[in-house]
Amino acid sequence: MKLHEYRSKLLFSKCGVPIPRGRVALTAHEAKTIARELGGPVVIKAQVLVGGRGKAGGIRLVHTPEEAEEAARQILGMQIKGLPVRKVLVDEVAEIRSEIYLGVTNDRAARCPVMIASAEGGIDIEEVARTHPEKIVRIHIDPLLGLREYQARHLAVSIELPRVHWRNFIDIACGLYKAFTVSDATLAEINPLVITGDNRLLALDGKMVLDDNALFRQPDLAEMRDLDEETPTEREARRYGLSYVKLDGTIGCMVNGAGLAMASMDVINSFGAQPANFLDIGGGAGAEKVAAALHLILKDANVQAVMINIFGGITRCDEVARGILATLDEFKSDIPMVARLVGTNEEEGNKLLAEANVITATSLTDAAEKVVALAVESQLQ
Amino acid sequence: MSILINKDTRLIVQGITGREGIFHTSRMMEYGTQVVAGVTPGKGGEWVLEGKVPVFDTVHHAIEITGANTSVIFVPARFAHDAVLEAVDAGLTLIVCITEGIPIRDMMKVRQYLNQQGSRLIGPNSPGMLSPGECKVGIIPGHITQPGNIGVVSRSGTLTYEVLYALKLQAIGVSTCVGIGGDPIYGTSFIDVLGMFEVDAHTDKIVLIGEIGGTEEEQAAEYISDHITKPVIAFIAGRTAPPGKRMGHAGAIVEGGAGLASDKIAALESAGVSVVEYPENIADFLK
Repeated sequence: MKLHEYRSKLLFSKCGVPIPRGRVALTAHEAKTIARELGGPVVIKAQVLVGGRGKAGGIRLVHTPEEAEEAARQILGMQIKGLPVRKVLVDEVAEIRSEIYLGVTNDRAARCPVMIASAEGGIDIEEVARTHPEKIVRIHIDPLLGLREYQARHLAVSIELPRVHWRNFIDIACGLYKAFTVSDATLAEINPLVITGDNRLLALDGKMVLDDNALFRQPDLAEMRDLDEETPTEREARRYGLSYVKLDGTIGCMVNGAGLAMASMDVINSFGAQPANFLDIGGGAGAEKVAAALHLILKDANVQAVMINIFGGITRCDEVARGILATLDEFKSDIPMVARLVGTNEEEGNKLLAEANVITATSLTDAAEKVVALAVESQLQ
Repeated sequence: MSILINKDTRLIVQGITGREGIFHTSRMMEYGTQVVAGVTPGKGGEWVLEGKVPVFDTVHHAIEITGANTSVIFVPARFAHDAVLEAVDAGLTLIVCITEGIPIRDMMKVRQYLNQQGSRLIGPNSPGMLSPGECKVGIIPGHITQPGNIGVVSRSGTLTYEVLYALKLQAIGVSTCVGIGGDPIYGTSFIDVLGMFEVDAHTDKIVLIGEIGGTEEEQAAEYISDHITKPVIAFIAGRTAPPGKRMGHAGAIVEGGAGLASDKIAALESAGVSVVEYPENIADFLK
């Protein structure tokens, strides 16, 4: 789950990272009020969970409260990469002398957090990483010991930060790491961390991604979820405990287990069609969950045929069959379906499906071959 | 014969009184696994499964009384990392964690602690292990495979069942099947298990089932070309998965250009591994 810039910066600030004065506004009028309170020039920043806001016109520098109101009005009406702008952040403007990158994330291969710094921060940091990897400095953090001061100092020295800023930089690095751990984040990033005209360090922009598996112990943060981050279908899937990802193809897939679901998608692909979705119903799904899953698939207008592949361990094939039949009763769908059920209670499951004239298959490849043929047929009609 | 678990395994089940714990304990016992104790804090002194298995409050006590040498963990995600650490501190050298959805910060701490203590963790988010005809630890259905000379190691659950079942239909059996789990931070890698199969006298060929995300398969490929003399056959799930989308498993995501199926397949093939297109084709390479 991603957090908005203003939320991320507030969390950083609570951990001792200096941020610009400013507040979030829901309306243009509010933006004007905040700009007046701050006095002087302000920056109006669209709060959406995608990169490239500046290039899309979602960040504007203005000089008066009236200009702030007008800029906020325009930005609040925008869509950036398909996401509506519902909030703007109004921040005081800082005079920027130089821009640093500072971030912390998990290094999967090293199995621990890694802090990353570069003297060349700003919007082109990814370009820097590609063309000048030596300008990006990394330091691994022992998860039991946490970030040590000497490690933060090592980063400061490595990016050739003037000595006068070391103390503040170390405090900011330790604060950022603290925000990262106490929030159960998988990414906490300040880009840019600027040296201002009056020689302060200031976190101008912030970004956080949280570990979805840890939200149970972060109830306050869990409530900050921006519903625009997910499609309505993905949101509904999450409510039922289904793992669903929308894709561009025409073959709806319902499978138990993530690995088997991916393998099923691959096999469909090698028969010349594209999957419409990834959908893992998990282990031990009952009829109701199966029905909810099938609803999600059938609601997708691109779906021309559905493949159901279940390897029953904890999941019982008869329960799956009952879920399928309940959906068919309700939906009266013309979309052809192929079901391949194997494992626990497969005989009963297959019998139920055969009585309802659902096409059955004996293996994964058999199922994929049949479902692709049906999709082609339905396209011709 | 087998690796890691066998007829002599004396198992405790952490979280035995939960719904999953009790169900799978009875399945493991039906298979012939020696389940010597269960652990559920607050339920010590009770007996479960018609009085066959005693329940203890702590792992330490369970080991002291029963002489257990292996643990399997079914406790909910929010308590699971504590359960692993308890098992490590009680001196167990083999711990299998079935639990899915453990926060990554918890797992990184566990992993670091394991490195210091020298215990082996399988998982988390693992279906467990099965040495056909000898012992089952975890949730892999027992009837879908039979004893034989193929070692199987996998990051997946039901996809592994698919492969085991396809092998059984061709009358091909397995020495041990190890599910290392689908999470980004785990206790035991492909490399660890490949090394054990290489020296196991009863394993002749190895099946590796990987998926998108991370670089575990690439590391395995490098290890295979340097250290493994036995034939390896692989399947990689997720060839058609788009970047940036997590495919169910916390570990299955293509990020920043790393973790692509095509890179994994190329690395394995260049290490002399036969990579099959359908999971059902694996049997053809083993005959």
